[in-house]
Amino acid sequence: MMATSPSKTTNVQDFPNGAGAAAVLAAGVGSFLVALFALIADKSTAIKSAMIFYKPTGPLSGVTTCAIAAWLLVWLVLDRRWSGRTVAMGRVRAAALALLILAVLLTFPPIADLF
Amino acid sequence: MEITAHSFWTLIHGMGFGALYLMACSGALVELYRRYSPAARAAEVEDDRFLGYYLFAMAVLAWLTVLTGAYIIYPWYRAAPPAGAMDLTAFPQRLLLSDPATSAWHSIGMEWKEHVAWIVPISTTMAAVVFARHGRNLRVQPELRGAVFGLVWISLLCACIAGLFGAMINKHAPVEGGTTIHLTHGGQK
Repeated sequence: MMATSPSKTTNVQDFPNGAGAAAVLAAGVGSFLVALFALIADKSTAIKSAMIFYKPTGPLSGVTTCAIAAWLLVWLVLDRRWSGRTVAMGRVRAAALALLILAVLLTFPPIADLF
Repeated sequence: MEITAHSFWTLIHGMGFGALYLMACSGALVELYRRYSPAARAAEVEDDRFLGYYLFAMAVLAWLTVLTGAYIIYPWYRAAPPAGAMDLTAFPQRLLLSDPATSAWHSIGMEWKEHVAWIVPISTTMAAVVFARHGRNLRVQPELRGAVFGLVWISLLCACIAGLFGAMINKHAPVEGGTTIHLTHGGQK
C-alpha cells in the first residue's frame, strides 16, 4: 500500500528504507499484540487456559509466545514485501508509535479493566 | 553471608540483566543523538561497528531479562501455597494479595510489569536490526531515524516501569527459597 518502486538514482536520500520500515512497523504490531493477547486471555477463561504453554508461568507463556511468533511473522512478511523499496516512512512511523503507545496503555491494568 | 538460590536468580534478573539494560539504553540514546545531531562530524562517526555490537548486546540483555523473569523468577513468584498454609513468605503473589495494603503491588504492579516488559526486547531488537541494515544512512532518513528513536524511548520507559515495579514488589514480598548459597563466613565479633 505504501511501497513505491525503488529509485534508480544513487542519491543517498533515496536509499531504500523498506527493510527499516518493516522492522519498525513489525515492532509496533508485535508490541500491540502482547497487549491484545493479554487482554483477550484476561477476559476469556477458555483462551486463558489455552494460553498456558508452560504451567509454572501460566497464561503469560502463551500470550508472549504467540505475540513473539506473530511479530516475527509480520516482520518476515513486511520485509519480503518492502525490502529494497522506498516506503512512506511518515505513515509507518505514526502507525508504529501509535501501536506502541496503545500497547503500553492496554497493558496497564486499570485501563485493560475498562474492556 | 549467604543468599538463597531464588534470591540469587532474582538479582541476576533485576540487578544483572535489567539494570544493565537500563544503563545501556541511556547510553545508546545519548550516542544515537550525538551521532545523528546536525553538529556531528562525519569523521567522528566513521566506525559504525561498535554501536552495532552495542545495540545487539542491548537486545540480548533485554531478551535475557524477560526470559529469566518469565521462566525462572515468575514461577516462584506465583507458586500456590498448600491448602491451609498460614506462612505465605515463600509465596510472594499470595502474600501481596493477602493484605489490602499490598495487593495493588500485584494487581497493578506485577500485572503491568509482566506484559509491558516484553515491549523492550521487541523494540530493542528492531533498533539493532535497523541500525545494522541502515546505519550511516539514518543520517539522511529523519523519519526512519525518528521512528527508531521513538521506539527506543518507549522501550526505555517500559524497562523503567518493569524495573520500578520489580524492585518494589521484591521489597514487599521477596522471592526467596531454594538452596542456600554461602558466600563467605563472617568473623566473630
